[in-house]
Amino acid sequence: MFAPITLEILVLALGFILLLAESFSNSTSKRSLAKIAIFCLGWVFAFSFFVESAPAHPEPGSFWNFYSADTVSMVFKRIALLTTIIVLVMALEYEAVLAKNIPSARTGAGTGEFFILPLFTCTGLMLLASAMDLVMAFAALELVTISFYVLVAYMRGSHTSLEAGVKYLILGALSTGFFVYGITWIFGLTGETHFAKIALKLAALQGSDTAILFALVLVLVGLGFKVAAVPFQSWVPDVYQGAPTPVTAFLSVGSKAAGFLLLLRVLEPFLGVAALSSKILLVLTVLAGATLIFGNLAALPQNNLKRLLAYSSVGHAGYLLMAIACVGVAPSALGSVGSTVGFYLFAYLLMTLLSFLILTIASQHTKGEEIQHFNGLSRRSPFLAFGLLVAMSSLAGVPLTAGFYGKFLVFAQAVNAHQWTLLALGTVTVGAGFYFYLRVVAAMYWAEPTDSSPIHVSGLSKFVIALLVTGIFVFGVNPKPVLAALQSSPAPLAATAH
Amino acid sequence: MLTFLLLIPIVTAAALFLGNGSRSWSKIAALLQLVVTFLLWFSYDKTKAGYQFVFATEPLFPGLDLRYSVGVDGLSLLMLLLTALVTVAAVWFSPKMAGDKRAGLFDGSVLLISAGATGAFLAKDLFFFYAFHELALIPTFLLIGFWGSGERQAVAWKITIYLGLGSIVLLTGLVDLFLAIPAATRTFDLQKLQEIAASHVIPAAAQLRPWLLLTTGFGILVSLFPFHSWAAPAYACAPTPVAMLHSGVLKKFGLYGMLRLVVPFLPQAFHQPVFGTWTAQDLLLAALLGNIIYVGLVTIAQRKLDYMIGYSSVMHMGYVFLGIASMNFIGLNGACLLMFSHGLSVAALFAITGVLREREGSLNFERLGGAAKSVPFLSIAFAMAAFASIGLPGFSNFASEVLVFFGGFKEGATPFLKTTTILALWGVVMSAVYMLRAYKAVFLGEATASSLKWSDLQGGARYAFALLPIALLVGGFFPHYVLGFLKPTLEAALR
Repeated sequence: MFAPITLEILVLALGFILLLAESFSNSTSKRSLAKIAIFCLGWVFAFSFFVESAPAHPEPGSFWNFYSADTVSMVFKRIALLTTIIVLVMALEYEAVLAKNIPSARTGAGTGEFFILPLFTCTGLMLLASAMDLVMAFAALELVTISFYVLVAYMRGSHTSLEAGVKYLILGALSTGFFVYGITWIFGLTGETHFAKIALKLAALQGSDTAILFALVLVLVGLGFKVAAVPFQSWVPDVYQGAPTPVTAFLSVGSKAAGFLLLLRVLEPFLGVAALSSKILLVLTVLAGATLIFGNLAALPQNNLKRLLAYSSVGHAGYLLMAIACVGVAPSALGSVGSTVGFYLFAYLLMTLLSFLILTIASQHTKGEEIQHFNGLSRRSPFLAFGLLVAMSSLAGVPLTAGFYGKFLVFAQAVNAHQWTLLALGTVTVGAGFYFYLRVVAAMYWAEPTDSSPIHVSGLSKFVIALLVTGIFVFGVNPKPVLAALQSSPAPLAATAH
Repeated sequence: MLTFLLLIPIVTAAALFLGNGSRSWSKIAALLQLVVTFLLWFSYDKTKAGYQFVFATEPLFPGLDLRYSVGVDGLSLLMLLLTALVTVAAVWFSPKMAGDKRAGLFDGSVLLISAGATGAFLAKDLFFFYAFHELALIPTFLLIGFWGSGERQAVAWKITIYLGLGSIVLLTGLVDLFLAIPAATRTFDLQKLQEIAASHVIPAAAQLRPWLLLTTGFGILVSLFPFHSWAAPAYACAPTPVAMLHSGVLKKFGLYGMLRLVVPFLPQAFHQPVFGTWTAQDLLLAALLGNIIYVGLVTIAQRKLDYMIGYSSVMHMGYVFLGIASMNFIGLNGACLLMFSHGLSVAALFAITGVLREREGSLNFERLGGAAKSVPFLSIAFAMAAFASIGLPGFSNFASEVLVFFGGFKEGATPFLKTTTILALWGVVMSAVYMLRAYKAVFLGEATASSLKWSDLQGGARYAFALLPIALLVGGFFPHYVLGFLKPTLEAALR
């Protein structure tokens, strides 16, 4: 048995060792770095099932006061590890494109870090999953964000990548500013940074409702950027389109999971303030409604698959916020808001990474990322086309896929909380979703290809695609393993709903 | 046994997607499905109420009675028989695509539609009941969009988005119904739900909202007026087997859901006012009159055979809803039998239409005529199906429509129900008008030059087709035999 923190230390050490190894090695191929990283992360993933649990009553001042290792944190850590592994597989497929867009790549320099920086992002995500304290959470979030600044702008020779990098940097820094300002307000009001203590102090505060609400709104703005909620979504399409595809995938899954986890943790203390809960729910409902409508309707006219997935990411943030807007209502038999959000994120991980992986592979052969470039993909590679069919069906929410189960849980929460407006909006947006996701399917299966040469897929990618497809079906029929892990702990997430 | 029945089409479809399978694979799968269904039919003990051949796994949701569980009662068995019969016919009437590399995708998708229907009818769990039905959505989308005729892509979008929206409304309704049941007894198990429903757990006041949500959701899936506009063009443009399976089998899912959930759980909602003095039942009656009278007139106005049959299929849904709206034993019996009969007769009509489309590109009535000379078998086959569809005595459509009309006049019927029934009777006349006119336009009169060159139906397709009218005649001459299977289920539903 290990102490839980060992996992983060291992990933961090791996990152540093690989960075050093990269700078001293003479080999021009950096692919082995990614393979080593994938291999080692696989082991860390396995280790994560053998860690000690946190003590029930930590001593004051000890490490356990700002770091937790409950089952929910462990689920999120595994999500982070899994995402990083798949992103690295994608990065391997993407290497050719990367080399083309980096001036120095011909001399063998400049691509190695692309495979190593995700490890630091992963460490940040894992620390964030365990953070019980605002300062710790902020530090972890910054580790995630700063490594993303580099990754998004990684292709120095590509204007779009640089443009994406600048946009992400400016808006990311701005949102960080809002978030920190919110933290200082919370600290100013309560004198605490620990979530549980903040909750106690806030509940006892009298007559400072406006200040509390202001602090919450600041935090919501900061996190709204991270999870791509409307009206803080303006960076998403350009950054998603410009960034290297594996980084886009990482952003859309990792950054969103981090944001939602933190959102749930931060909201919990505020919901304890009885006088404000209706106002907070109103804010969340408006946020959720706007995100649902904008994300799904703006996706309708998109012709670029990466932009489409960007708007889809906003749309899915809408469904997640729809579940979050139901906090504060007694949980139904279908589970708490926390477990719904957790499961939805897990399903979102499977289907989004699958789409991006296939996009990475296919777009190199189709010479473009527009939907029309995917015309007739089912003739060129039935395997990739079927994979993307499954991913798109799951994103659209066709039953017996994990994506449907996520939506089912979200809609169940909304019915339970009598959120009829959001339900009506959700019904319309699911209809819109059927259109824009199935457009990709229609292009692949209905249209004729312009070039009918078959597409070769490497063994590792084939394996990962098959694994993700299987995962989508298995968890679409039997979600129990994930849900049980999310529900078994009485700690933060489950408690949010009470 | 039931899981095996479900796996036959799924595994065959997977094999067809992956390998270079041929049409004979799906023929074998369809026949196997029919044989297994017959075995079930004859080994089913119809004296007992409740589900038989039950299989269930452990719960798949922490703290909730949601599991993969299958089982059949008389009603689901009848629907499974319908599915198996229509599947066999649909496979034999699939267009020839020898040499086409994508034949596997076509045949596999057809089998997946059948699998979706099979799964929905044998599911004993609410979640899987819903989920299997939507399994058919994507194959339908692919099939109509790529292999359909006419405005195939526009139609494929329309049906997919329409049904997708309907399914979400339905899902909301299902969750609402589920949460209306007291927490201690909440379950996804259909059998336990049936028992719970019998003790009237949902207070009358809480019944209306789930009733409206569920009836709208199921109504969209069954093309209840005014949600009917997706159906006729979709069937007219779809490849033959898709039109047969969708209109014949899959559409019955919504009606099956009405009988399984709305009738037993929310009986009091039927008599609650929605707008002013209009009760929920009145709204349903007005909608189904739209199906029978309005869509009936639309059907008469059609100039193309495929559209006409598409609209006639929408129109006949009105009668099934009439049987359900009457909320009495005899009316529900009629509704169930009509689901079975209509499924068979409309599948037969679409099968013949598909053959005619292969012979002649356009199915415009003005370009057809006198085909009976060159294709006597097709002519007789179409006549049988058309007569069944009109409701000629001897076919089970007649028996079921009579039961529906009796149901509409039973004591306790409101004046509006009686009026509706009288108006609905005129629908039968309309059916006769358009069906006989179509028969005359296609097969009688002066033969067109091209129709003389047509070849008649040959080989296995004749036998596959014959299954449908034979089943209709059995149901028509021995309705009591079929209804015997339904008795325990329907009695329980009305308790």
